[in-house]
Amino acid sequence: MKKLFSLTAALSLSASSQLGSAAFAAEGQKPAKSVSFAHEGPFGTFDRQQLQRGYKVYKEVCASCHSMRLVSFRNLAEGGIFTDEQVKALAATFTVQDGPNDSGEMFDRPGLPSDRFPSPFANEEAAKSANGGAVPPDLSLITKGRAGWYGTFNQLLNGIGGPQYVYSVLTGYEEPHGDLAAEKPEGKHFNEYFTAGPWIGMAPPLADGQVTFDDGAPNTIDGMAKDVAAFLAFTAEPKMEERKQTGFMVMIYLAVLSVLLYLVKKKVWADQH
Amino acid sequence: MSGPSAYTPKSAFGKWFHERLPVYAFVKDTALDFPTPKNLNYWWTFGGILSFMLVVQIITGVVLAMHYTPHTSMAFDSVEHIMRDVNYGWLLRYMHANGASMFFIAVYIHMFRGMYYGSYKAPREVLWMLGVVIYLIMMATAFMGYVLPWGQMSFWGAKVITNLFSAIPFVGDAITTWLWGAYSVDNPTLNRFFSLHYLLPFVLAGVIILHIWALHVPGNGNPTGVSVKSGQDTVPFHPYYTMKDGFAIVVFLLFFAFWLFFQPNYLGHAINYEPANPLVTPAHIVPEWYYLPFYAILRAIPSKLGGVIAMFGSILILFVLPWLDTSRVRSGTYRPMFKWFFWIFALVCVALGYLGSKPADGVYVFWARILTAYYFAHFIIILPLLGLLESPKPLPSSISDDVLSKSKSKLAPAE
Repeated sequence: MKKLFSLTAALSLSASSQLGSAAFAAEGQKPAKSVSFAHEGPFGTFDRQQLQRGYKVYKEVCASCHSMRLVSFRNLAEGGIFTDEQVKALAATFTVQDGPNDSGEMFDRPGLPSDRFPSPFANEEAAKSANGGAVPPDLSLITKGRAGWYGTFNQLLNGIGGPQYVYSVLTGYEEPHGDLAAEKPEGKHFNEYFTAGPWIGMAPPLADGQVTFDDGAPNTIDGMAKDVAAFLAFTAEPKMEERKQTGFMVMIYLAVLSVLLYLVKKKVWADQH
Repeated sequence: MSGPSAYTPKSAFGKWFHERLPVYAFVKDTALDFPTPKNLNYWWTFGGILSFMLVVQIITGVVLAMHYTPHTSMAFDSVEHIMRDVNYGWLLRYMHANGASMFFIAVYIHMFRGMYYGSYKAPREVLWMLGVVIYLIMMATAFMGYVLPWGQMSFWGAKVITNLFSAIPFVGDAITTWLWGAYSVDNPTLNRFFSLHYLLPFVLAGVIILHIWALHVPGNGNPTGVSVKSGQDTVPFHPYYTMKDGFAIVVFLLFFAFWLFFQPNYLGHAINYEPANPLVTPAHIVPEWYYLPFYAILRAIPSKLGGVIAMFGSILILFVLPWLDTSRVRSGTYRPMFKWFFWIFALVCVALGYLGSKPADGVYVFWARILTAYYFAHFIIILPLLGLLESPKPLPSSISDDVLSKSKSKLAPAE
């Protein structure tokens, strides 16, 4: 009886606790391609080289339409992607509006490590009018805010597939097949991985050889998509490595403490059995 | 709380202080020496786990409030500021968000334990009813807390839940506007939710004190349901249960730490990492997992008012549970038929949770209706009848008899 109690309770709890996230299967979204990333799993850490490449893809491709307003340049140094000097230099390549100055004027200056990434459009309306009526989503949290796949146990084991979602959308452009070709809305593109798909406003952003990597890594669409997806996983949660490492220590500490407490408890109760 | 204290101060200072404020005597009588049945199993440790979790939530919450900004244009960014810039902010926030889920897991186990072992029966009816009050306050607090990050699900969840009040005839719309402080969920709503989210945990703490007080008058129940008859049946709370609860709390913390450090967003919704946008409705608006059974009941009833009544009724019916269960035997262990219905009821609750997570159409609504009917039938029909129809198994003559016979059968398994 006791066993049954604990088993059923455990099962029912785990089942019901996972329902919330399972509920979001967006209709028509194709599950993301299951590529793997170095940062996944309980011990995974970011691949710095890959993040450097991903940053370059973001800067040279994505940043022309997508903002990343929650991320500061200094985060790149804090995350160990670039050195402090490199971050100073790369921040200075951006123009940031500051002010007002003593005479009440706004002025432009080179970016500083403490600045956030400047947004490509002055406001939402400007973004909309330049992009066919839809605002290109901010990319700061995109890998946490979009699920690549669904399913209660699938997400528990494999995560929500946020970076995979980004990768799959970037590499998932196709010619619309069959009857769909006739339905193609003006200015839209066919991409079954897109969460509100299959029609997406964004034109295929990557082409083979578009970005040149300093480390000579392959700059195919596939390689660039993977690198930028990894970079966006970093921007979504810059403290991820700290979280996992702290968690590991905490789990060990608690495990040892629980054994000790169990022994104390056993000793205290010895005269009662 | 009852009778003169067994504590006599030894030192001169202790005596002087005791005559002015007998706080140590109070602690000694109620927390250290308190006689507790010696046969409590691990299902009884969840009270201690819950007290611990409340403290975790209050401490993390107070620090989070130092960095959070309750304004529609800044709330989302201030939460991300906590995640990115505040020292260990990510830890505090994940602890608080996952802590809410842990709190509910613990409270559900605590409640089902009470139902299985008949903990609500005389003389513990008031204790049980205070528990239901605590549960209601928890639900309100957690709901308002989920609104604060001002993501998409925060906003739309708030909209759906506050809209329920508009189902009240005649004054519904006026009440909803009054709750919002505006003509929609907006900045005044966020402000008051923040204020109340900070206030309610302290109300909760007050009711928990009453809950523990009401526990200390009759004393703990126990797995046999047989009342304590002599000193032989009990052990002092300290060190026996402080050590047992302490061990259980640490094991629970291990479970908590797994979610907190390795799956911190699993129990939430991805879409809540998108800032609230009143112009874009998410494809599915789903509450947090701990509300899902009630959400299923709400949507099972074809009329809005009916759904709201059924949803609140499904919780309020717990208040009269002590009088709906007609059996005089407390513990489910000695009730062969009740046992089955208890497990069916537990499964129905889980199944309702599953249905609550699904879209409200077709086969899901059909099953939600059947299971909603069963949920209420369990309380209104099954429990009253069971007490009359069932013949319970013989009860042990005392707690210590039961413990002795069990340890004997453990020692001599060959017989």
